[in-house]
Amino acid sequence: MENTSNNYQNIPGWGVDTDPNDNPNYPIKNYNGDDHQRLDWTRPPLQPVTVEILESVEQARMPAVFGTKLPPSGVSGMLRRYAFKYDESEYGHWLNLLLADRINVVEGILHDLSHFRIPNIFAEKGMKADWKYNRKELVTKIIVATAVTTAIVFWLKKKDRKSA
Amino acid sequence: MLAMNYRGPFRVRAQQKPLPEIQHPEDVIVKVDRACICGSDLHIYHGLVPDTRVGTTFGHEFIGEVVEKGADVNKLNIGDRILVPFNISCGRCAFCKQGLYSNCHESNPEATAAGGIFGYSHTCGGFDGGQAEYARVPYAEVGPMVIPPDIHPDDAVLLTDVFPTGYQAAEMGGIKKGDTVVVFGAGPIGIMAARCAWFFGAARVIVIDRIEYRLEFARNFSHCEAYNFESLEDPVLFIKKTTGYFGADVCIDAVGCEAAGSALQWITGRVLMMQAGSATALHWAINSVKKGGIVSIVGVYGPTDNLVPIGNVVNKGITIRADQCSVKRLLPKLIHHIREGYIEPRQIISHHIPLKEVSDAYHIFSAKLDNCIKTVLIP
Repeated sequence: MENTSNNYQNIPGWGVDTDPNDNPNYPIKNYNGDDHQRLDWTRPPLQPVTVEILESVEQARMPAVFGTKLPPSGVSGMLRRYAFKYDESEYGHWLNLLLADRINVVEGILHDLSHFRIPNIFAEKGMKADWKYNRKELVTKIIVATAVTTAIVFWLKKKDRKSA
Repeated sequence: MLAMNYRGPFRVRAQQKPLPEIQHPEDVIVKVDRACICGSDLHIYHGLVPDTRVGTTFGHEFIGEVVEKGADVNKLNIGDRILVPFNISCGRCAFCKQGLYSNCHESNPEATAAGGIFGYSHTCGGFDGGQAEYARVPYAEVGPMVIPPDIHPDDAVLLTDVFPTGYQAAEMGGIKKGDTVVVFGAGPIGIMAARCAWFFGAARVIVIDRIEYRLEFARNFSHCEAYNFESLEDPVLFIKKTTGYFGADVCIDAVGCEAAGSALQWITGRVLMMQAGSATALHWAINSVKKGGIVSIVGVYGPTDNLVPIGNVVNKGITIRADQCSVKRLLPKLIHHIREGYIEPRQIISHHIPLKEVSDAYHIFSAKLDNCIKTVLIP
């Protein structure tokens, strides 16, 4: 497949954006010096804050727009608030957020159950697609999981009988 | 309305949610026509991006019809069919004025390193995304664009991210006539970056990945050489040898934080999460590029740290260029390229799947089932 001749020049669009003067390139291509004015630009209208928004301590002010979905709540929310006491260069910020995300998964399941909804985790993981396109591997996984579970149950029962 | 709903790593479902509302005078509400699943959506689907809250609707690649607009929206009308760049940008801050629309300073309260992005965790602003029947689009006068009638909807939806990001990856590489360009990753972005490298006059384009069907697709769509790194003893040495022991002129990392190929990177980055994902592709890119060459990064990484050979960056005098794509900046040029017949982006779409089957759609894309290249969800 190696190109050994100039046949690449026949590829549609070859060379259409060749520009020897395209230097400096993006992202400093259109530098205009405005950033020396720092935050002094005419701001858009400000979106009203109607829910709790966690704000990076590296921000001087709230940006003009933001998402309002899923304000922090529960134990994960407490951890998220704590994480936002750290700046973005601290592990205390990101690792606490990752931990909050994992706690939030459990909260999500509890929320489902409290609303009389049993989450269909197999469907949510796309197992139907596995059945359709990857059946052999799925069946192998099920057999291995069943065998391992059976072996563990058998071993535990045997252990119980011995201790009794 | 029906919307994709994140429940935890590897778990999503379609679920009814309240309709979005106008919250700012420059908002519009869009009735979504179609929305893609992006390769970078897989990073949040896999639970790798901090502050991804349960209940979030993903989706930053979508097109649709304006059904409601805020008081300050004048350029768009109800009924307009628009494509929505994935960046949420004000058009007024110092960064937007330089064309750095992905670095807008007026769209993300939760982090200063990233601008607002639709449906990409609270680390990118906490906005719901477009994998839903309706979506709120802030700063509608700035980013979105009315879809020209001669542009196919599938091409339009790929103009919201994939095509521009692939193009910018090549652009940031500063490719000169006759250059050899190596692209790590044969996902949609890598395939597109390889295709776009020819626009800048490359003489040789090489794609490295390990998924055979994607390599085959890259050979055909991107007109490039494509190699499976699992059959190469060492991809870096291979590139050195095939470039006359010199190194590639430009290397592009189109993989990001889920790269295979190194047990150390995989265990520390994916299993133990001691770094922000696995940086194998970037490691290879740095070591494969020539002295004084350019490494362009469009692969997505988490916000903490990664193991990369920074000493080699210094010793080889490498320039690293990286950014999320500034979609708006590139749209006129890329629409021109489609019209001229240089490229037909929609060829990379392999699956159209109803939104109600979003769980299967994510799994198909994530597990690379059914020779999946790019998935479009239809609400």
